[in-house]
Amino acid sequence: MAAETEDPNRRDVLVMTANAFAAVGGASLLWPFIHQMNPDAGAQALASIEVDLAPVKEGQAITVMWRGKPLFIRNRTKDEIAAARKTALAELPDVVEPAADTARVKAGKENWLVLVGICTHLGCIPKGQSLADTKGDFGGWFCPCHGSHYDTSGRIRKGPAPRNLDVPPYEFVSDTKIKIG
Amino acid sequence: MSNHVSSYKPLSPMAKWWDDRLPIARLIHDSFVEFPTPRNLNYLWTFGGILSFCLVAQIVTGLVLAMHYQPSGADAFNSVERIRRDVNFGWMIRNFHAVGASMFFVAVYIHIFRGLYYGSYKAPREILWILGVLIFLAMMATAFMGYALPWGQMSFWGVTVITNLFSSLDGVIPGVGTAIVTWLWGGFSVSGATLNRFFSLHYLLPFVIMGLVILHVWALHVAGQNNPTGLDLKHKSDSVPMAPYAVMKDAVGLFAFLIVFAWFVFFLPDYLGHADNYIEANPLVTPPHIVPEWYFLPFYAILRAIPSKLGGVLAMFGAIAVLFFVPWLDTSRVRSTKYRPIYRWFFWLFVISCLALGYLGAKPADGIYVFWARVFTFYYFAHFLIVMPIVGLIETPKQLPRSITEDVLGPDKHTGGGMGIPAGAAAAPEKR
Ligand code: HEM
Ligand code: FES
Repeated sequence: MAAETEDPNRRDVLVMTANAFAAVGGASLLWPFIHQMNPDAGAQALASIEVDLAPVKEGQAITVMWRGKPLFIRNRTKDEIAAARKTALAELPDVVEPAADTARVKAGKENWLVLVGICTHLGCIPKGQSLADTKGDFGGWFCPCHGSHYDTSGRIRKGPAPRNLDVPPYEFVSDTKIKIG
Repeated sequence: MSNHVSSYKPLSPMAKWWDDRLPIARLIHDSFVEFPTPRNLNYLWTFGGILSFCLVAQIVTGLVLAMHYQPSGADAFNSVERIRRDVNFGWMIRNFHAVGASMFFVAVYIHIFRGLYYGSYKAPREILWILGVLIFLAMMATAFMGYALPWGQMSFWGVTVITNLFSSLDGVIPGVGTAIVTWLWGGFSVSGATLNRFFSLHYLLPFVIMGLVILHVWALHVAGQNNPTGLDLKHKSDSVPMAPYAVMKDAVGLFAFLIVFAWFVFFLPDYLGHADNYIEANPLVTPPHIVPEWYFLPFYAILRAIPSKLGGVLAMFGAIAVLFFVPWLDTSRVRSTKYRPIYRWFFWLFVISCLALGYLGAKPADGIYVFWARVFTFYYFAHFLIVMPIVGLIETPKQLPRSITEDVLGPDKHTGGGMGIPAGAAAAPEKR
């Protein structure tokens, strides 16, 4: 019974085991070097903020910072709400999330629209917060970088952006105060 | 070339002692002194040397900048201003580095078009060409991250837009794109953490480029240089030793290049940049018109020409990826476009398309500009995927000279040296 005739022989098993350990060990050592680039604990900490809405008059908008991102808070006029409600869902290009306006605001607080103010195309800040800004073809926001138009519900209507502006997690803690995050 | 016998003769006992232990002087002699270069090289062949100069210049000036620069979101902008105002000669060294990046790209684009015109990517130079495309990619990554470092408005928003390109992968597998972008940023938006890692990589990549350049030159010295006729070296009379002939010509080309370089450094240092980058980065305000550095404009135009996010990103990366396949897309049997009466027209059409895309990339993305960007994007790809394979098959090349010597000195000077029927792909293809 010569050892060479065995298949696999003992040497093959040793080599394969050693290789397997080296591969698994190498791969698991690689992960810390990749993962160190992800947001650190400081950035991860879910900072939440409270915003007082009382000073924001109808038709006005404010921008606040949350987790390093600008948030758009707009006190919409009756016309703006009506325009958003009247749009048929079939007209909305965002096929992943063709949201009705009611799904993007809190019931009873339909005038308050809270959005992450970052264009879903390539991350520019759309115009439309200040009164002098151009608000695009649908009266909401307009991203000048590559021409995306958002409506008065923050939904994408025209241009290269693939998705509606995101709605951050928030709740009303009193009649005129919201907590975001 | 690799198979030739070294003619290096150590001149002193010390040199002999070294040569027996580490024959580096022999390597330099064989590769850069005695190395046979085609006798008919024109000034377009001086750009390899110019590019080597650019790389060394960027590394030296970059090292100096890194001694004074602070890679943090709070201090970066001001530290660059201090380099410009307070550091002794900082203004000059900073201009060398910033203008140097542009000059590097001027040289690399000329170098690439030279290769495309004279068929320098064709066998046996495929690996040489592919290494060149890798160098080009690494240069783009380096320059992109370098432009982030002054942390002005264009730095910040350029980084935001370009890193967000990866979020288009959400269209393939939901979540993957966002995960990659968050990983690149080290946060939920572009921040000081992003700047810090870009500085680390901006310092590293030039040395990776250096390694690739060494492989590139190695591959060049195995295959030998191409030349304006595209013919192989056949006799001794076809070549001259690199030193002094090619070295001196390279020096003349380099000095001409340096005059232009110095003109920009001392008289127009900010001409090639963007004024908005002297406004400190502000995550709340996007500048009305974001444009990348001029050398990225053709690719930016391609990105914006495609009406879908993922499609635009694929087209932009595809525009570079297609270069890897050029050696196999070109079906012509002759190398040099000089002898290709049909392809020559398409070559210049391609040059015009690239220039037009560069112009359009700087214009707003609407109306007539988008229309023309689509036309030229179409031609950009058609040139590689349709024109190169088809024209190579249907075209009858012009009569090639029998050798480089004949091309330079005329037919009667063609010294046969025992060569009857020329062998090889480039020989008399018009008769096949
Ligand atoms: C392939 C070579 C390189 C290229 C193409 C390149 C390109 C660039 C560019 C485009 C900038 C922005 C200039 C501006 O507009 O202000 C920059 C900045 C900078 N680079 Fe480089 N670089 C290279 C090599 C290096 C190396 C090797 C180092 C360090 C050893 C370095 C250190 C820096 C520093 C500290 C800055 C920020 C200061 C400033 O903006 O002037 N670079 N680089
Ligand atoms: S980033 Fe808004 S349209 Fe491109």
